[in-house]
Amino acid sequence: MSFINYASREINCKIVYYGPGLCGKTTNLQHVYAKTAPEAKGKMISLATETERTLFFDFLPLALGEIRGFKTRFHLYTVPGQVFYDASRKLILKGVDGIVYVADSQEERMDANIESLDNLRHNLKEQGYDLDKLPYVVQYNKRDLPNAVPVEELRRELNPTNVPDFEACASTGEGVFETLKAVAKLILVDLKKGR
Amino acid sequence: MSNSQMVMYDEEFQEINVVIERLLKDSNSKVIFLVDKNGQLISGVGETERFDTTSLASLTAGNIAATGGLAKLIGEKEFSILFHEGEKDNLHISIVGGRVILVVLFDNRSSLGLVRLRVKKASEELSVIFEKLMKKSDEKVKSGTSFPFAEITDDDIDNLFS
Ligand SMILES: Nc1nc2c(ncn2[C@@H]2O[C@H](COP(=O)(O)OP(=O)(O)OP(=O)(O)O)[C@@H](O)[C@H]2O)c(=O)[nH]1
Ligand SMILES: [Mg+2]
Repeated sequence: MSFINYASREINCKIVYYGPGLCGKTTNLQHVYAKTAPEAKGKMISLATETERTLFFDFLPLALGEIRGFKTRFHLYTVPGQVFYDASRKLILKGVDGIVYVADSQEERMDANIESLDNLRHNLKEQGYDLDKLPYVVQYNKRDLPNAVPVEELRRELNPTNVPDFEACASTGEGVFETLKAVAKLILVDLKKGR
Repeated sequence: MSNSQMVMYDEEFQEINVVIERLLKDSNSKVIFLVDKNGQLISGVGETERFDTTSLASLTAGNIAATGGLAKLIGEKEFSILFHEGEKDNLHISIVGGRVILVVLFDNRSSLGLVRLRVKKASEELSVIFEKLMKKSDEKVKSGTSFPFAEITDDDIDNLFS
């Protein structure tokens, strides 16, 4: 849940990038980090294995600017996508304000995509959240690869509820900011309602 | 309880800072942080400028979350105190009132015994303040007190990303 601090006039929101192993979650954050002005970002922390697979989480704090006199900060986290890190994924979902589900467009990763999405719903539910009530967007990543499944098909399988979705190539940065902006916007609109 | 929105007001912020300033002095420590369990920094006193406080907050919360997971696995509720001993500096991490993390960094000018003793007293005071804070924010939500984001426009949001 967001943290509103009237004393320091700050608002903090937590965004979690979820998706199967190697779908490009960490790459999304790396691109955001690389393209954000120094004064608007903190250090990016990656708790990773020696082979650069996420072990616990990546963390990137962004301070984007002010809304109505409140400094608006977004804390971006990725989960480890590998199936056996489920306990860690659950921990990272705690206090989430918005979710980016990153799918791997490659045909051979379709099953992994579906499994990860089920896992997301299940882990949220376990903590009393409902994915359909959270600010939530979908990203179809790795559009550059020749074995990418057509978007309509991905949409049918992975976005039945028709939330905002985006095509991306995180390694070149295409679609990365569009995705982030969309979820940030949904979170702020949610805040506006005062929940 | 712990799923409600975290809000901080001036009055409680001052009260909290008085308590942790005193703890800093009484325990002879170098720096003290209060962190929300979700990894957001609430306040810090002492030599805070020497540290990347945002990273520290997120890693502390990750640490507490991971050891909390371990505790559950072995049938404990949670480990309410963690202690990390370094060559020069040590970290004493404890949970206050179930949802806030108190981090005390100290060196050999203090001792674990002293820190533990002072933290205990300060925790009780902090619990009371956070309890009050939660009640207050729940009441404000219920009474529909004007919320600063009620009037944000699409333009405000778009401007953030320009
Ligand atoms: N071709 C291509 N490769 C990509 C794209 N996005 C990421 N990659 C590559 O995919 C690999 C895995 O990316 P990561 O960002 O580490 O994946 P992850 O989702 O964080 O994986 P886990 O940490 O294991 O969950 C890396 O080699 C990236 O360079 C993309 O859009 N196109
Ligand atoms: Mg990763």
